[in-house]
Parts: sequence; C-alpha cells; structure tokens
Amino acid sequence: MYLKKLALAGAVSLLGSTAFAACSYENEVPLKSLTAGFEAWKAVTDAMAECGNFQAELDQEFRTKQPAAFEANPSLYHIGGVSNGTITPLLNAGTIRPLDDLVEKYGQNLSPNQLIRVDGQIMAVAMMVNTQHLMYRSDILADLGIETPSTWDEVFAAAEKIEEAGVVDHAIGATMKSGWNLAQEFVNMYPGFGGAFFNADNTTAVNSEAGMKALDTMKRTLEFTDPEVLVSDSTYVQQQFQQGKIAMANLWASRAGAMNDENESTVVGKVSMAAAPMAMDGGAPATTLWWDGIVIAANITDEEADAAFRLAMEGMDAEMVQGANEAAIWLVQGYEPGPLAEGAVATATANPAPPAYPSTTQMGLLHTALGNELPAFLTGERGAEATLVAIEEAYTTSAKEAGVLE
Amino acid sequence: MKFKTFFWFVAPSVFMMLLFIAAPLISVFIQSFQITQPVMQQIEVETCTPGFLTQTCVTEVKTVPVINEETGRTETTTAWVGFQSYQNVLQMDKFWSAIGSGNWGEILQIDFWKALRFTLMFTLVTLPLVIGVGLMIALAVNNAAKSLRGPVIFVSLLPFIITPVIGSLSIYWLFVGDGILTATLERWTGQDIAMFAQAWTIELLMYFYRVWHVAPFAFVIFYAGLQTVNMDTLESAIIDGASRFERLRYVIVPHLMPLIIFIALIHLMDCYRVFDEIIGFRSQAHVISLQWLTFDFLTPDDAGNRAISRAAASAMLTMVGIVILLILPLRRTWRDHKGGAH
Repeated sequence: MYLKKLALAGAVSLLGSTAFAACSYENEVPLKSLTAGFEAWKAVTDAMAECGNFQAELDQEFRTKQPAAFEANPSLYHIGGVSNGTITPLLNAGTIRPLDDLVEKYGQNLSPNQLIRVDGQIMAVAMMVNTQHLMYRSDILADLGIETPSTWDEVFAAAEKIEEAGVVDHAIGATMKSGWNLAQEFVNMYPGFGGAFFNADNTTAVNSEAGMKALDTMKRTLEFTDPEVLVSDSTYVQQQFQQGKIAMANLWASRAGAMNDENESTVVGKVSMAAAPMAMDGGAPATTLWWDGIVIAANITDEEADAAFRLAMEGMDAEMVQGANEAAIWLVQGYEPGPLAEGAVATATANPAPPAYPSTTQMGLLHTALGNELPAFLTGERGAEATLVAIEEAYTTSAKEAGVLE
Repeated sequence: MKFKTFFWFVAPSVFMMLLFIAAPLISVFIQSFQITQPVMQQIEVETCTPGFLTQTCVTEVKTVPVINEETGRTETTTAWVGFQSYQNVLQMDKFWSAIGSGNWGEILQIDFWKALRFTLMFTLVTLPLVIGVGLMIALAVNNAAKSLRGPVIFVSLLPFIITPVIGSLSIYWLFVGDGILTATLERWTGQDIAMFAQAWTIELLMYFYRVWHVAPFAFVIFYAGLQTVNMDTLESAIIDGASRFERLRYVIVPHLMPLIIFIALIHLMDCYRVFDEIIGFRSQAHVISLQWLTFDFLTPDDAGNRAISRAAASAMLTMVGIVILLILPLRRTWRDHKGGAH
C-alpha cells in the first residue's frame, strides 16, 4: 500500500512538473481520441495531452475504424478527427452529437468560419483546410524562363521545356496510385472542366464531355511522369520532390512543410506554391477543398462530452498554432500564413472557387468505382469512352446494392 | 484406439473447426444470397464548409439513411436476391458478349476474370517451380559434406521465416523507382528500368518472390523424405548401372511421390489465396487476385459503404475454385490410401 502511494505520488509530481505546464486547466475526465496521423493532428493531440488524462490514437486507417468505434455504446472514443470526406458515415449513422451548446460555452475563440453546420446544427469544428495545389521548383522555372503555370496547358508546356533541358528525371509528379489517390485526381480534374458528378436522381453524370476531357488531361500527364506513377501516393511524390527528381506536382498543401525539412529535403527553399492549375480558361482551379476538424461522439455522457469539447478547444488554441505554424493551413486564430500557404490561399480564394469535396454516400461509392476503373484506361487497356461506361456501370451496381438507387 | 478415447482426442479440434471455420462459412454462404441495405430518404440539407476566409453554404437534396428513433441505429432491410451478387461479380452477360463478338481480350477487363486469370496462372506457374527448386536444394544438401549441412539448411530456410507481407514489401523497395537493385541494373545496362510500370515485370517479380519464399518449405519436407530412401534399392540400381539421373527418376522421385502430392496440395491452397504480393507490390493497377477482390469489396469507402454481398459471393467463388483445383491431387491421395489398406 505504502509503495503504491509512493509510486502514485511520484507519477503525479512528474505529471505536475512537465505535462500540465502549457494547459490552462487540469482535465479530470479520462478521454480518448481517434484521428488521422499527419503532422497537424500530432500538434493538436500533443496540445490536448498537456491537460492530462488524455489518450490519443493517431492512425492513418482511422477512416475504416471510426464508424464502428463510434457506433459502440458507450463509444470507444470521445473525440474524433474527421475531414469532409470521412464525416459522412458518422453523420449518416447519427453517432456524433450537435455541438451548439458546447460552442456557446467554450468556443469564444472560434471564428464562425470554423463551424461546420449541417441543417443549422453545428456538427463539427474545423481546424485547418487542405487542398491539392501546384508545387513547383521555382529555381528551375526561373532558370528556364518559365512563368508560373496557371492552367494545365501551361503546365504541359512548361513540362516539355523542363524535359528538354533534362534538369530533373521527370517533369511532373502525380498522386496516381490506383485506388483512392487516382480517383481523387479525377475528382479534382472533372469539376475543373465544369462537370457535375450526379444527376438529380442519384445516377452518375461522369459519362460526359467533361469526363472525356478530364481523362484526356490525366493521360497527357503520363507523358511527363515517372512510368511507375500508378504506384505513387502523396508520400512518394513528396519524396520525389525532396530528392530533386521532379519539378512540378499538384500535391496536398499539408505536404508543403516537408519541402523545407532539412533532415529529409535536398531542395530546401526551392519549392514554391501556387494555385492549383485551371483545367480550362476562366474555370475554377482543378482541385477540391477539404477541411479537417473534430467531432464529439453521441454515445457518451454529457459530462464526458463537455470535458471532451473543452479539451479539444484547448488543443486547437492559438498557442498550439504558434508552435506548429507550418504544419497546416490553420483556421485557428493566431495563424500567420507563411510563403508555404500562398498556393492554398490562392486556390481557396480563386474566383470561381473550386468546390468542396462533396460528403455524400454516393460520392463514396463513385470514388471507389473511379479508383477501380481508371487504371485500365491509364495503362492503355481500355479506351476513354469504354472507361466512362465502366465507371458508370460499376457505380450503378454498388449504388443499387447500397440502396441509393432503385 | 477405442472410439471414446478417439472422440475425446479430436473433440476440441472438431469444436474449434465448427466454430471458426464451418459457422463463418455458412454465414458467408447465406450472406452471398442476401442484400442488406439501409432505408434511404431524401431530405434537403444545408451544409456549411469553410473556405479560407469565408464560409460557403450550399443547400442540396441529399440521400441519407433513416435513423430509428428508439434504437438510435440506422434502419436496414434484408432481402433475398438469389444469384444477383454472383452475377454482379461474374458479369456473365459481358463475358458472353465478349466471347460472342470474338474480342477475348475484353473478358480480362472484367475484374473477376482478370483476377482469375492471374490467380490461376500464378498458382500453376509457381507449383512446378517450387517443387523443382525444393527438390534441387534437398538433393544438394543431402549430398553436401556433413559439416556443411547445418549452416546450409539454416541459410536455405531463411526466406520461409520472413513474414510474407514484409518479404513482398522488401522486394518492392528493392525494385521500385531508384531502388538499390533497379539502380544497379540501370547502371549495368545503361537503360532506364521501371519494374512497376507494366504488368509483366510485376508478375515476374511475383513469381520469383513466391518461389523464393516457399521453396524452403518444399525443401524441408523433401529433405526429410530423402532420409528414408531405401539404400538397398539405390545400391542395386547402381549395380544395375543406373545413372544418377535414372536413379533420381526411377527410385527417388517415386519414393517421394506422396510428399510431392502433399506439397502440391498445400501450395495450391496457399497460392490460390495470393494476396500479400498484391498489397506489397501495390500492383492493383496492373494485376489483381481473387482474394484481393474480396478484400476490395469489404473495404469501406469514405462514406462507410461496403459491398458485403459481393464480397461474400466472391469469397464463395474463391472457395469453389480451390475445391476444383484440389480434386485431382486429392483423388490420387485417396486412391493411394485405399491401395495401402490392402
């Protein structure tokens, strides 16, 4: 007994001396969170952990775990990290709670921009925006006298010059790993050509002129990329940049910070960000806007929800942002957009602005269909028209199975 | 052995098999004929999302599941749909129209048939290679000096110890982009080599990896078998003037035949479920397998949808495939057993 007390006292004194240092209060309710694992989430959950009694799980596979974990009663996690793509199953199953009263109680520092409202109720609080935008080697473009490309045609023209000069292995890098990443490339390009994903009756509208143009542009990209581009995901493209193998890529804003990481990158200070290229003149940048933020589980007690939200607000405060200013394009007060944020800001404030990634059941199904059917087109096994038909058929089959189509 | 003793010996394993193999199998079998879907409703929803400085709100009609007020869960309906999920996986209409129009290549654009083509080829190409390489290592070790045998056995067993996913990832890292081996080959040949850019190089690597990984298993079995070869028969064969190859062909291989069948059985079962290579090599764009197809159906998308019924149908089809493949070697073992009883 004496030993146990002694150990406890030791532990508490340790916690007291370091862990609570930066937190304005002491959290007494045991809380858990499940979020994605990238840098921004690490910063936020670290800040939350300073208040004590908090266990963070950072997992890139969170999207497959979250729906089931939140459906349990009581929920396995109190706080969830979501994006506009992954909030859908939680909203659909009603496993996250409206936050209006909690925002009123603890959300003094939130800007109205951060509140994600669904049907008038606040269902999530956003902390950052993310988007795929143009990242380019400013030194190479300056050497060759190329203006910053603003359309995909200009990107290809620039790529031709870069390939001719032979300064890098491949002019363009692309996140075209078959599956989710490749589908996302189409989801970026297609609205850029003015395409709509769905008709009013939930059937898909991708088999259209805009669809043909999007496929055409994607195929043109292949001329300038690594031949193994169908296995390259965001991390792979980031590394290609860091190792000086590519000169341009339409890459996630959350990867920008890594370009100036001196431990990994050989191109520190040489990569600049610009708005995502437009697919057609006068159109929106060919990309989609994303946000990441927190939700609170429905299947927990009100006291726990209260403590969880308070803790989340502590994690998303100005102090955290000042410590991790370059980790993301924060929406939190106190954020100062640096040069790395220029591209994302230019993309988001473009006129017309790119659409936000649609968070619907149908979009999830279409995304899978795209990811499975597009590779055959890019490897040359199937023509563009046949591919669009195949996407339509694959979507129809799964949409009927999921009950969104009759 | 008394029946009662026998019963109590096997009862735990029979129970486990019923619980963990038979019961899930029956459940999957039933699910492959059912579709469970949420009850959907269309409502008008206003959604507000952040731009960088301002917020954009859109009002749109969304199709969302109905949530039951009492239980707090989504309402679902389950319907019997006969062979519809099987049809969705097999896509026989496209299959027949491809055959009818003479464009055989189109068959391979249907996921299931594409996967079946690779799975079968993978299984049948690696089978003789595994048996051949395994036998060769066993013979070599058997003929090696006694002092060398221990270390040689240890080294040849190493590939088998590696976790399959880790092994395939290692091969991937060695060859992808400017991996060590690709870079060396490029310097040596002076050509730009991209192993993961086309289907056939990926398939070659997969065959190579699987044989490298499984051959030690065949080796261990064969090596044990070689210790039981009847020395009298071998010696009389030598006296009869049989060459090394003839001794192998007429004495050793017939003696090892039951083991060869055994390895073939295990290998066919394992290979037909090829999965690690697809994930490790990220080959989904070029090469997919039946097991991967089932996995893909089961993986939820961002909106939480899974194609459970199609996954069940594809799993059942995989099982049917294994059974068909195993009929031949199993018949032979059965005949041998019957012969042995006399």
